[in-house]
Amino acid sequence: MIRVLEPGPQTTVQDVGRTGQMRYGIPPSGPVDRSSFVLANRLVGNLDGAAALEFTLMGPRLRAETPCTLAVSGADAPVTINDAPAPTWTTLALEAGDVMKIGAARAGVRGYIAVAGGIDVAPVLGSRATYLRGRMGGVHGRALARDDRLPLGHARTARPRTVPEAARPRWGGETVLRVVLGPQADRFTNEGVVTFLDSAYEVLPQSDRMGARLNGPRIAHAGGHDIISDGIALGAVQVPGDGQPIVLLVDRQSTGGYTKIATVCSFDIARVGQAKPGQRLRFTAVDVAAAHRLLRESDAALAAVELQEIA
Amino acid sequence: MRFLPAGDLAVSIELGEEISVQVNTRVRALEYLIEHKALPGVVETVPTYRSLLVYYDPSVVGYEALCAQLATLSEQTTTTAMPPAREVELPCCYGGELGLDLEAAARRLELSMDELVRLHAGAEYLVYFIGFTPGLPYMTGAPERLTIPRLDTPRVKVPAGSVAIGGIQCCVYSVDSPGGFWLLGRTPVRLYDPEAAEPILLKPGDRVRFRRIERGEFDDIASRVAAGRFSPVIR
Repeated sequence: MIRVLEPGPQTTVQDVGRTGQMRYGIPPSGPVDRSSFVLANRLVGNLDGAAALEFTLMGPRLRAETPCTLAVSGADAPVTINDAPAPTWTTLALEAGDVMKIGAARAGVRGYIAVAGGIDVAPVLGSRATYLRGRMGGVHGRALARDDRLPLGHARTARPRTVPEAARPRWGGETVLRVVLGPQADRFTNEGVVTFLDSAYEVLPQSDRMGARLNGPRIAHAGGHDIISDGIALGAVQVPGDGQPIVLLVDRQSTGGYTKIATVCSFDIARVGQAKPGQRLRFTAVDVAAAHRLLRESDAALAAVELQEIA
Repeated sequence: MRFLPAGDLAVSIELGEEISVQVNTRVRALEYLIEHKALPGVVETVPTYRSLLVYYDPSVVGYEALCAQLATLSEQTTTTAMPPAREVELPCCYGGELGLDLEAAARRLELSMDELVRLHAGAEYLVYFIGFTPGLPYMTGAPERLTIPRLDTPRVKVPAGSVAIGGIQCCVYSVDSPGGFWLLGRTPVRLYDPEAAEPILLKPGDRVRFRRIERGEFDDIASRVAAGRFSPVIR
């Protein structure tokens, strides 16, 4: 059992997400940065998809009510246990009464706290993931609040380990995202597509788990910005009438009527979600075959991460 | 028919250019066939008016192979026998504070409020798809006489349960959300209830009818809904 002393600005329970519910208007939810989430789970001996916490820009302050094993990954934020600095990307053991505090992210936006055994809230439609707008999943469908008590599942024994330095992501700087053009690239002028691929777009502070709002050179439509509403894939780059792109993320609406110039590949979604307001993003086009090759490489790289035992 | 890539994990299949019962029926038939045949590699599907978004696992099926299989299946959609549609009855209290635009809509359509309600409640609506917010049905079925442009200024917040019309469409807002349709009335039934075992009431392909109720019955049903002691009539 873990008690929430301070929740941080937005900390939610997330597992790998819901499947099969988008046809009812319910998004998958789940972690925005899947690789960091998976590595945190591996560090505490969980299955990859076990329910963990996702914090945003600033972490929570938590007290272990019972002994437990944790790991913090994702955004680069300072961690202390009973005010003594503790490492991230590393298995940490807490005794009953120990207090863990995670400060403001120095780089990246979203951090993950995995606990051995997983956060054992009740699944809704097959998932423990919190969908905030739908008030579904996690802790009563909301972000963590002070004095919440988080039940833990049965923990397997985990040897203390760490993610090697080389396998840890680096956030910040100008980021190039791989996109597949379409489904509605033909609803933009050639010039509009060139603008999109040749310009840098700045992340706006209004971004959230639903979508990253960007600002930059206006992308010109050819013949109107509305289409007959259709499904919205993960990473869809929607361009409304103002010509400014929005990259849709894990809590996105399932359908919509704005043109989508391109779709950010799944393996680059984490880099959208970890970009801070003001950070610049660029887009480069790949075809579907290249995207699948890159996806295999990305999956293989995650599978190949060898956690190092700590003496 | 067009296949449009939607990133590395999804493809959108467009089966027509317009909003029509015929095209949408093919979309839902294609979805039904995919599920029925358990097409390998398909993760989930999202039907809309004239297209189906298919999420797939590229480690199981490649893009070209999937498109080829979907093309073959789509040829069968015109002859596919789908399971019978469900008929769902939604009680609706029209006008007053629960239907703020009834009077203005009647004026705009040059009908009396009573005629407008009679025409709206007398029709059967097809759920084309669910989207925008959890459980919100996109429907048509109202007589042509009720076609009305959307509100000039969308409302910032429309209460959940609001029954509304815009263009040729009818919808029921499933959660409190912004909205640009004319609010005719409200149903006490929850189309989305995150606490329920089955949070979503309506499915694509359902037929919906509105039963006109008075305020007393609305309040009575609303309290039964809140207590978990009301189930809408579904045939």
